[in-house]
Amino acid sequence: MRSSSSPFFLSFNSGPGMVLKAFFPTCCASADSGLLVGRWVPEQSSAVVLAVVHFPFIPVQVKELLAQVQQASQVGVAVLGTWCHRRQEPEESLGHFLEGLGTLFSHEPWLQLCRERGSKSWNCKATRRQGPTPLAPACEDQVMLIFYDQRKVLLSRLHPPAALPERQAGDATASAGGLAAVFDTVARSEVLFQSDRFDEGPVRLTHWQSEGVEASILVELAKRAAGPVCLLLACLLSLVSAASACRVFRPWPLSFIWSKLSTCEQLRHRLDQLTLVVSAHRAEGPAQLMRKANTLVSVLLDMALGLLLLSWLHRKDRFAHLAEALVPVADRVAEELQHLLQWLMGAPAGLKMNRALDQVLGRFFLYHIHLWISYIHLMSPFIEHILWHLGLSACLGLTVALSILSDIISLLTFHIYCFYVYGARLYSLKIHGLSSLWRLFRGKKWNVLRQRVDSCSYDLDQLFIGTLLFTILIFLLPTTALYYLVFTLLRLLVVTVQGLVHLLVDLINSLPLYSLGLRLCRPYRLAAGVKFRVLEHEAGRPLRLLMQINPLPFSHVVRTYRLPSCGCHPKHSWGSLCRKLFFGELIYPWRQRGDKQD
Amino acid sequence: MAGPGAGEPAMEDERSFSDICGGRLALHRRYYSPSCLEFCLSCPRISLRSLTAVTCTVWLAAYGLFTLCENSMILSAAIFITLLGLLGYLHFVKIDHETLLIIDSLGIQMTSSYASGKESTTFIEMGKVKDVIINEAIYMQKVIYYLCILLKDPVEPHGISQVVPIFQKTQKMVFVQHTG
Repeated sequence: MRSSSSPFFLSFNSGPGMVLKAFFPTCCASADSGLLVGRWVPEQSSAVVLAVVHFPFIPVQVKELLAQVQQASQVGVAVLGTWCHRRQEPEESLGHFLEGLGTLFSHEPWLQLCRERGSKSWNCKATRRQGPTPLAPACEDQVMLIFYDQRKVLLSRLHPPAALPERQAGDATASAGGLAAVFDTVARSEVLFQSDRFDEGPVRLTHWQSEGVEASILVELAKRAAGPVCLLLACLLSLVSAASACRVFRPWPLSFIWSKLSTCEQLRHRLDQLTLVVSAHRAEGPAQLMRKANTLVSVLLDMALGLLLLSWLHRKDRFAHLAEALVPVADRVAEELQHLLQWLMGAPAGLKMNRALDQVLGRFFLYHIHLWISYIHLMSPFIEHILWHLGLSACLGLTVALSILSDIISLLTFHIYCFYVYGARLYSLKIHGLSSLWRLFRGKKWNVLRQRVDSCSYDLDQLFIGTLLFTILIFLLPTTALYYLVFTLLRLLVVTVQGLVHLLVDLINSLPLYSLGLRLCRPYRLAAGVKFRVLEHEAGRPLRLLMQINPLPFSHVVRTYRLPSCGCHPKHSWGSLCRKLFFGELIYPWRQRGDKQD
Repeated sequence: MAGPGAGEPAMEDERSFSDICGGRLALHRRYYSPSCLEFCLSCPRISLRSLTAVTCTVWLAAYGLFTLCENSMILSAAIFITLLGLLGYLHFVKIDHETLLIIDSLGIQMTSSYASGKESTTFIEMGKVKDVIINEAIYMQKVIYYLCILLKDPVEPHGISQVVPIFQKTQKMVFVQHTG
């Protein structure tokens, strides 16, 4: 791009050459004339105006009020200048009066904002004395007016949060840089905004709450009721956790079963979350508060969905239908498995199997299926009652119902799991035997001490037997491999279905619904930054900008506020999964916390 | 900060360029005050010809499938897909114009406006900006130049934490100066 006719240089360093920025609240734009009260940030060369003090006032009382605010909020509040909202003809006396105030409340630089009533023309002057004495000549700085919505800036929270210093006594200046300093100033000066125009105080202020302090009856009632309710719930939850930790559930078979069932894991997770929510001590910071709110909303929604599911199941007597359908479905699955095994025992996909091994394996698995069908038929009278009682637990939440569904699936497909384990063990045994005998075939040996392959001289009879075994194993490999393949595919299918259910449970557990709702309804609360809009500009007048809050995108909201979930994520990458499948090692894709490694 | 004198009204300037694909780009420069300058790069609008071509292709394909399968759901699905696709394209892909607003001692603001009216804004504070540079990149068989902002690293004083290209969405078409 050719350089233009008007050179335009940007300065990237802060310093005395910076333009003075005056942050002015939009609520004070129509206020009567008075004094500007706020904070001066010298590093940014910006003046953050917090409120306007109206005439008549007694200077001593104004100074007292500012000292009180400074002590309570650790913000260096001071009188920054004068504000003049006048009619068309300027009043001479008012002008001199305003200039006189500059000597009363001395501040460097002294701002003089002026607006004509009913028009959009603003005037700004910032004077700075060049010497120590009051009679030294004054120089004027260039001023830029930036309007901001005080209520929104007060309530919003910047992401990522700037590192704010602790509120120590005497530490009146914040080290937050840039625009975070403006947000910080407004947020910490809440005590200044507590008085409204109906208070009979000595000083009359205009700020965002001067028309009346905002409060909500529902919020106040909820706050009062929250204490006893939290106490009661905390007692109940401690009772429940004590009961679950008692000795009855300790012995080995029971504890093993509890650790395998995902329902128990989910219930424990929910118990932990609820304990956190109803705990007596207050949240430390806004992040903790958001987490508590998110957890509460998530639990309530979960219970609501669970109750909805329960009412839907009870409506047309669906429980009975489900129980009636369950046994025929299990029978059907077993029948299909039998057909599959018959197919494998014949000539599957045109491959020729080793007849003897085929028959042995086929009969072994068929017997298992026969046992399984008898077991299901034994259980069939009790299924409806069990299902009904399990269905009741859906009122604890939809996640609990889904976990129960996942557990029922794993119980019903237990035979597929057993077949997979048998097939995998057989196959892995064969593969290990083959690899070691293949080394023998080539005259090598695995050195356990050195963890490498070494050459070795074998005796003739060792070689003879080794080669014989190798030949036998390699000719039996296709049969075993086929069985292993078929049962692994079945197992992977079941694991996929269970995985989808777990994914759904994870989603409900970890989605931060309160934050998403806040982003939807009150987007200024979660701010990613700010954006500026240039307002109407006239020559000779100062530049006016409107500062608005740039809300956080939804993806960032989810990423920042997502709740910790059970942690049931697949631990393997695709490469290691394929490797394990090839060597016949057992895979447990959905590991849960505290499980021992195989 | 140098610039035209305070008494002059806001200066506006418009030039047109063409990008490496042959489309027309217009650069609009607006001078608000000695401390505020705005650059606006506008892209060519969506052309009726390409829209008609895409719609006809999709509907012809759907009609072809319909004659094979005799299922009228395919036609309704095609209409649905065309509408949703057009809405999605206008809302998420098609840029109308991109603006760069530079405010002295405050920061640099980049806004992208999409054809559906959606605006996405990023504001970089002046304290975070290290420098504005022209960077070279090799794209296929040619070397293209693009403007970008270097951001300071909070941890290391002389390091760079991020390189932010200006006019990111329209800059994949780099403009070459064109008379007019």
